[in-house]
Amino acid sequence: MSVITLTINGELVSARSGQSLLEAIRDQGISLPTLCYLDGLSTRGGCRLCLVEISGQARLQPACTTTAGEGMVVVTHNDKINRYRKMILELTFAERNHTCAVCVSNEHCELQTLAAELGMDHVRYDYLNPQLGIDISHEKYGVDHNRCILCLRCVRVCDEVEGAHTWDVRHRGIASRVITDLNRPWGESESCTECGKCVEVCPTGALFDKGMSVGEMKKKTNFLRRILDGREKNQWNR
Amino acid sequence: MAVDMNADTKVNMKKTVTIEPITRIEGHAKITIELDDVGQVADARFHVTEFRGFEKFCIGRSFWEMPGITARVCGICPVSHLLASSKAGDAILGVRTPEPAVTLRRLMNYAQMVQSHALSFFLLSGPDLLLGMDADPVERNMAGLIKVHPEIARSGIRLRAFGQALIRALGERSVHPSWSVPGGVRGSLKAADKEHFLAQLPEMYSTLDIALDLMKDALDRYATEVDAYGSFPSLFVGLVGSDGGLEHYDGHLRIVDSDGRIVEDNLTPDAFLGRISEAEETWSYLKFPYYTPFGPERGMYRVGPLARLNVCDFAGTPRADRELRQFRHFGGPGKTVNSSFYYHYARLVEILHSLERIEEILADEILLDHHIRSRAGVNQNVGIGVSEAPRGTLFHHYQVDDNGMLEKVNLIIATGQNNLAMNKTIKQLATRFISGTKLEEGLLNRVEHGIRVFDPCLSCSTHEAGRMPLHLQLRAVDGTLLDEIKRG
Repeated sequence: MSVITLTINGELVSARSGQSLLEAIRDQGISLPTLCYLDGLSTRGGCRLCLVEISGQARLQPACTTTAGEGMVVVTHNDKINRYRKMILELTFAERNHTCAVCVSNEHCELQTLAAELGMDHVRYDYLNPQLGIDISHEKYGVDHNRCILCLRCVRVCDEVEGAHTWDVRHRGIASRVITDLNRPWGESESCTECGKCVEVCPTGALFDKGMSVGEMKKKTNFLRRILDGREKNQWNR
Repeated sequence: MAVDMNADTKVNMKKTVTIEPITRIEGHAKITIELDDVGQVADARFHVTEFRGFEKFCIGRSFWEMPGITARVCGICPVSHLLASSKAGDAILGVRTPEPAVTLRRLMNYAQMVQSHALSFFLLSGPDLLLGMDADPVERNMAGLIKVHPEIARSGIRLRAFGQALIRALGERSVHPSWSVPGGVRGSLKAADKEHFLAQLPEMYSTLDIALDLMKDALDRYATEVDAYGSFPSLFVGLVGSDGGLEHYDGHLRIVDSDGRIVEDNLTPDAFLGRISEAEETWSYLKFPYYTPFGPERGMYRVGPLARLNVCDFAGTPRADRELRQFRHFGGPGKTVNSSFYYHYARLVEILHSLERIEEILADEILLDHHIRSRAGVNQNVGIGVSEAPRGTLFHHYQVDDNGMLEKVNLIIATGQNNLAMNKTIKQLATRFISGTKLEEGLLNRVEHGIRVFDPCLSCSTHEAGRMPLHLQLRAVDGTLLDEIKRG
């Protein structure tokens, strides 16, 4: 595997050829926020939190969908980028009804943790307060659209890892909603295998185990690497 | 409390005194006192001026979330809502809640009783009782109490801290824990915590001894006034155990009248709610519940510490039973204690009882049992949870669909059930202490204290949050504002 060199935050570093910029940056021990990205799933560049500045490019680029290139000069943190990241989080909070205090994922939520890490102490935009419901028709799991940030990890894990493709998205833009089957209640879904992968990869309390109370929902995504290593490295056939 | 006096020069005018906001209570309220042409009190009203709407916005959520959501109704008694909501959830699951979980819930409820009653007695009403109703308002507050009686204030704060720490040891936090859930509780008590709390109990008992002495002194000092603080016949409602003993978590509902006669006994929450009607008035967000068979006048009832001690046959713990016998002297043989001023005394008896129960539970081996949560789906579509909150009987009534989504939510709060009695109390106090166009702060404070004896929680009762202010207006016959006291 060939090695490339690039400059990240003024430091000359090496990376594997074909590696994403996000991986190259994180390999250097630099923390870069992400919400839609999850190791083991395809990248979609949806949340825009991993935006970085690349010399010679007029716009900020998402590190997750950009391939690290030879000689690239990259800046991961500066005032402008930090301001944009905070703004993205504020818009995310303003878009739906994130009430941390009574959320099943309180204190175990990636969105909440990022807001704390990036110092998002208030939201400057008007909350949209949309009227969104919950679907708890499934025997084991529930979905609360109020807490969904449309990262689409559920859609990808269901399709790419479980192979069921129960989850999808209806409508466009701000009206987008994750749906099960062709917008049937989750409990009536014929494709759902009840594996729970979608619940485990959901970064917020949008997908949860039924019966959980405030702050009780703790998610573990490490199963994903185990499954994929098993498949890709053929570990299961030994 | 601020007084704003607009003396009107016109003669033959009715006047209204407004006390707004009422301080040292939980929530927002005001009192208006109507004076007639000759300056005598014609009417007095207790207005709750805040609105919240939990019953509306919880519809469409899952009943599993309700303990955590409704605990947010109140920062003083989140435990009461947590327990009533979990019990409504238990009923929806329709399975038996494990005995260790019930014992742990009881433990938290007693801790809640200790902390909330200690707050009411020492910090909210303490300044009136210990510094005097006429003391300078600048000093008549918690800071003033700490200055004049530092030891008493410290003991009161430590007593409250004991209750809060016990709640925290069980539920990870003392305000808004979400530890109790439909079917049981989320965690047990650590062995080290058990020893820690047992070791603190002797200090708490001695604080109670001091508090009871102070209370009895206060009763002597206010002997001539006690009858004005809401002394009238009414019904009393509360939970009693299957043996008729003092009960705060389960059991059945009992209604007694002021002659000590049991009007109804062995009522399930469902049966009780079927006997209650709620009147409404345009001037308050708080409804006026009454016992339907007796109508709005005679059907007025009181809940809370005074009612609980009036409805139970005995307390069931040695120290509390000794105090209960003394308490009952104030009512006369076989009768109930009718003056609302004795709510203070009843609160102390309940703290004592709670401490004794805490001691019993901490020594109970059942706490070692790891089976603390039953799991099930929706087996019943309606669940009613009842518990005795510090301020009285609390009901959570949920109706869910087959998935557990809430279709109907009704929260019946202790303070709401005392609404008629609180109005009657301030009218009695106003009639006794207020006349003419001149308002004296000390006299108005007595009217305000008439509300404090009930230790109302208006945030709970209207399901809205806020600081506790008060507003008092004096109005003339034509509605002209003559005088006003505001605080907030």
